[in-house]
Amino acid sequence: MTQSEAIPQAAETRGTTFNLFGIQAIYRFEMARWFRTLGQSLFSPVLSTSLYFIVFGSAIGSRMGTIGDVSYGAFIVPGLIMLSILTESVSNASFGIYMPRWAGTIYELLSAPVSALEAVCGYVGAAATKSVVIGVVILITARVFVDYHVQNWPVMLLFLVLTSISFCLFGFILGVLADGFEKLQIVPMLILTPLTFLGGTFYSITMLPEPWRTLTLFNPVVYLISGFRWAFFGAQAADVNIGLSLSAISVFLAVCLAAVWWIFKTGYRLKN
Amino acid sequence: MHPIISIKDVSKTYKSGVKALQPVSLDIMKGEIFALLGPNGAGKTTLINMTCGIVNLSSGTIVADGNDIIRDYKEARKKIGLVPQELHTDAFERVIDTVTFSRGLFGFAPNPAYIEKVLRDLSLWEKRNAKIMELSGGMKRRVMIAKALSHEPKILFLDEPSAGVDVELRRDMWEMVRNLRKSGVTIILTTHYIEEAEEMADRVGVINKGQLILVEEKTTLMRKLGKKQLTLELATPIDAVPDGLNGYHVELVDEGRQLVYSFDANAADTGIHGFLKRIGELGVDYKDLHTEQSSLEDIFVSLVHSK
Repeated sequence: MTQSEAIPQAAETRGTTFNLFGIQAIYRFEMARWFRTLGQSLFSPVLSTSLYFIVFGSAIGSRMGTIGDVSYGAFIVPGLIMLSILTESVSNASFGIYMPRWAGTIYELLSAPVSALEAVCGYVGAAATKSVVIGVVILITARVFVDYHVQNWPVMLLFLVLTSISFCLFGFILGVLADGFEKLQIVPMLILTPLTFLGGTFYSITMLPEPWRTLTLFNPVVYLISGFRWAFFGAQAADVNIGLSLSAISVFLAVCLAAVWWIFKTGYRLKN
Repeated sequence: MHPIISIKDVSKTYKSGVKALQPVSLDIMKGEIFALLGPNGAGKTTLINMTCGIVNLSSGTIVADGNDIIRDYKEARKKIGLVPQELHTDAFERVIDTVTFSRGLFGFAPNPAYIEKVLRDLSLWEKRNAKIMELSGGMKRRVMIAKALSHEPKILFLDEPSAGVDVELRRDMWEMVRNLRKSGVTIILTTHYIEEAEEMADRVGVINKGQLILVEEKTTLMRKLGKKQLTLELATPIDAVPDGLNGYHVELVDEGRQLVYSFDANAADTGIHGFLKRIGELGVDYKDLHTEQSSLEDIFVSLVHSK
């Protein structure tokens, strides 16, 4: 160590109101972590979704009829993309904030001039980016197995982005609440995956007998899959009204935003 | 000198009910090296973490370079660098990436030349592409310092910086701290190595059981509370302190081989002349003598134990 002269004290900062460099730093750090494990991060969801397409889309789907005017193979595309996005969003975001808590490096975030909004932009922005990329890659992969057309690209992309952000926020909250790695997996594995399977990924809820059809309407994932499917195939393939789907995801987003804001405001489980 | 950090009536009570810090008020002067001493669990790290924004305040206010750490937290935090006690690092990150990350996190534009200088100053440049997990404990400690310096802080907190590092690195760190002070950085350090505070600090604060029990210039503290001792190596061991020395503060140690006379070095009359004269009159023969002054460690131990 040869600190032979004074360290120069010249620095450029960008605004005290919005720490753009801070957001960039968090975003790049999280994306770099993703790229380090790209094979596992990207290949794993693509492989499992491909298997679904092979089994349900090609093998079983070829023996199924159409749902409305949509072939069964194409019908399950939105649900399978949503399944991956929900689980990957929650896993990525929860791991992103839990890791620094577990490793103790959270001290740096807490002592930095970073607001709650900026921290969320960095962490959730990176996690949502990963989810959207995974969603797009699965969309492209699906084209290998089944023929489908997207009727309304803007609404499809809107759902993709809104769902990714909402569930990344949800994952962020779980990462703050979790006190062990195993608890990070509980919600994606034991809650989200069953809800997605039962939310119409592989079938239309109109195919269910009563009272299951009515009960299924209490599953919030139904609204997400239905809205996403609406963007692909129009109202004929949707289980609920598109307005209701958009409202559901908007409410979920607002609730998650409020929870994250409260966590940073109070320092709940972040600060002593 | 103006205070660069002003701590007023700050206290901390955890949710568990543990009172980590009684109301503390303290001014840290611009450009000084301030050593915060105290036993484990005294509240040193709590006070530092509250100033840095890691722990919430239960009461009181802290102002850093004119900015309230809660109301103007962004401005305040930009000026503060922290080297925490524990080696919290991202094991899989490269050295240069983690230091660059820290600079960005604190709202500063990339400055590769500055990062290079910090890494070179800390002898980390050759290791810039190494993953942190590949580094030794001492090198990891340097990385922590590099991260804290990455945003050119005006105030640097070093929480037990030399814990677990070898003597060479400790010396290097002392040199670095002195150079930082020369460049205008205010340094607040906590340490278990009292000689570290004795070597470097301008002022010393002693904290015990959550109470700041003393803040003093180091030299004044050692003058006020320091004691000197005159030790006589006796030619022949004796059984007890001779009766003729009753008026002096004398102890017989080392199985009667040494007579130790304690005196106040700042007193107008230290009593040394009279003591030695009396020894001669009593016919106590000695073959050698020497004096020694109590260290900051002695003072610290005595302060902590007396409270």
